[in-house]
Amino acid sequence: MSVAAGSQIASPEISFSSGGDSTIRRRLLLSLIFKWVCRLMTYGALAVLAVLLTSIVWNSLGRLSPGFLVNHYSMNPARCGILAGVWGTFWLVLLTACFSIPIGVGSAVYLEELARDNVIVRVIKVNLSNLAGVPSIVYGILGLTAFRPMTLFLQELFDGRHAINVMGLFRVRLLQLEIFDGNVLVGAMTMSLVVLPTVIIASQEALRAVPSSIRIASLALGATRWQTIWRQVIPAALPGISTGVILSISRAMGEAAPLMMIGVLTVASMCPGGIESPLQLITNPTRVLSVPFDQFTAMPVEIYDWSKQPDPQDRFTAVAASGIVVLLVVLLLINATAMIIRAKTARGLKW
Amino acid sequence: MRECVKLGVYLAMVLMVAGCTVESVDAPGSSAGEAPAAAESSKRIQVDGSSTVAKVAAAVQEEFESRFTDTKVALKVTGTGTGFKEMIAGRIDIANASRPVKESERSDCEKNGIELLELKIALDGLTVCVNRENDWVDSITVAQLKKIWEPGSAVKSWKDVDPSWPDVPIALFGPGEESGTFDYFTEVINGKEDLITDNYSASADDNVTITGVSGEKGGMGFFGCAYYFSNQDKVKALRVSSTESAADGVLPSTESVQTGAYKPLSRPLFIYVNRKSLARPEVQDFARFFLSEGQAQVSKVGYVPLAEADLKASVEALDAATSAK
Repeated sequence: MSVAAGSQIASPEISFSSGGDSTIRRRLLLSLIFKWVCRLMTYGALAVLAVLLTSIVWNSLGRLSPGFLVNHYSMNPARCGILAGVWGTFWLVLLTACFSIPIGVGSAVYLEELARDNVIVRVIKVNLSNLAGVPSIVYGILGLTAFRPMTLFLQELFDGRHAINVMGLFRVRLLQLEIFDGNVLVGAMTMSLVVLPTVIIASQEALRAVPSSIRIASLALGATRWQTIWRQVIPAALPGISTGVILSISRAMGEAAPLMMIGVLTVASMCPGGIESPLQLITNPTRVLSVPFDQFTAMPVEIYDWSKQPDPQDRFTAVAASGIVVLLVVLLLINATAMIIRAKTARGLKW
Repeated sequence: MRECVKLGVYLAMVLMVAGCTVESVDAPGSSAGEAPAAAESSKRIQVDGSSTVAKVAAAVQEEFESRFTDTKVALKVTGTGTGFKEMIAGRIDIANASRPVKESERSDCEKNGIELLELKIALDGLTVCVNRENDWVDSITVAQLKKIWEPGSAVKSWKDVDPSWPDVPIALFGPGEESGTFDYFTEVINGKEDLITDNYSASADDNVTITGVSGEKGGMGFFGCAYYFSNQDKVKALRVSSTESAADGVLPSTESVQTGAYKPLSRPLFIYVNRKSLARPEVQDFARFFLSEGQAQVSKVGYVPLAEADLKASVEALDAATSAK
């Protein structure tokens, strides 16, 4: 049977449209059905997304205004704004990127380019994918137990009454810094744990996609291993790495659970370091120094809180919806940046 | 040769870092043992605790910060129990609580050298509600509530509570055990905190309770007054009677809560101030604000302001604590 069907397909007279064999027609029908099932599933998912987005945008209409971006939290829904969340998320994501990009890309380079294939490396590689699937709240608990106590230690260290004695030769007095509990630094370190597995895996994929002929050619021309990695492999893998990094950073923006664990503010009327507008970054740059040690809140935390606020006229729904729209716009901007970076860096590659 | 020099420099650096020790020195301009004065710019009050009280605190904070522009209130909402844990750890100045502090929590505070000042700031009533289509019950006694909610309760339908009620299956909703409302309800109704029937759906979000009750004809739930005042059209509140007879039932309202007539399901809300923090003028101002301008905010967010006498008692307690300094 299968031999007969096979020979008929092989013969040039039989076209798919004319059929000729019931088996082929049945198979074509099956493939058509399968195609439509897949299509319906895709469209179905898109339809649900469209309904959700429409209802969010609909709810936010009338509430979303420029004022929403520059106001602080308020129990009066008409005055409520997301300023503290925007700045908190900005600093959080910035610091998270500072931690997770060097560590993540470095680990990927080590695992793909330098490490010998032994048991330990294999165990690490397998567990990376496991870690990427761990719920973020688990990392939150890790941050709570591992990083939050660090605040107390730092508070004591930077109370203006401690100095570092270098081998008895000289003393460096430590600054008096104000370090608050639940600060941006602890948040960013926790969030780095959340995104690191994804960053490493994405970077590994990108490095693996670089043809080995490039490495071999570079080494054959007398370049050292370091020169090969730094000047050939990483530039070639950059589009993939940057896409992976930006996508995982945008995941960090949407996470609320790990932040709640480390004691982030719920109702915030202050921005980290007291910086409330981009202009202050220029006029008062010293404030930036206090940002990592200041308390903060983030957009998803505020949205979560608003969605739980009861109100007779249900006005906080509109506030929460507006917050979601702001978060979505920022996420789309970041993803668009990822695509542009990918396109730009990929154009420079010639192989 | 160059390699050797490099190696030497690295080794020296490692040794220097390893040889570092942290030591305590006197801060400039302050005598030993005395904490250096906090920087001028950073008047900040750390507040954590009950989500019920947080609504009041957030509204008061807003008014307070518009008046005292150099002070910021850092407000977290984690629940009464967690708030006290933070207080015990010495991380906060004020703990919001929807129940009085437990003896164990107070003694843990004292172990860490933290003394608490209890201030009553508002009143809250717990509302017991049923579906709007429920036409057989308007008033209920505490004994009947206990029969429904106690652990191992055999009540499956309304008929099991009172034979004159119809045979409609009963569906129970309420906050989870992390909530102060839950602690309060179980203590008052079931006689012992945290004891409750297994047969109910718990949710930290009171809106879920309201949705559940309004979706089931035999539904019943409990939550704070504020939620009922905001959702009067969705559920029906029951009169609650503290006596044997359901006819003595009282409906939850501002007056009945304030006068204490709505027994036993109305309760005071507290802030617990770390007495050490009271030495800071901004903490004093904030605590005082709760008892003055803040009282107007209390009713705005759906709770009941203190009756005259209670307010006076709170103010006097605060005065005594601050003048002792």
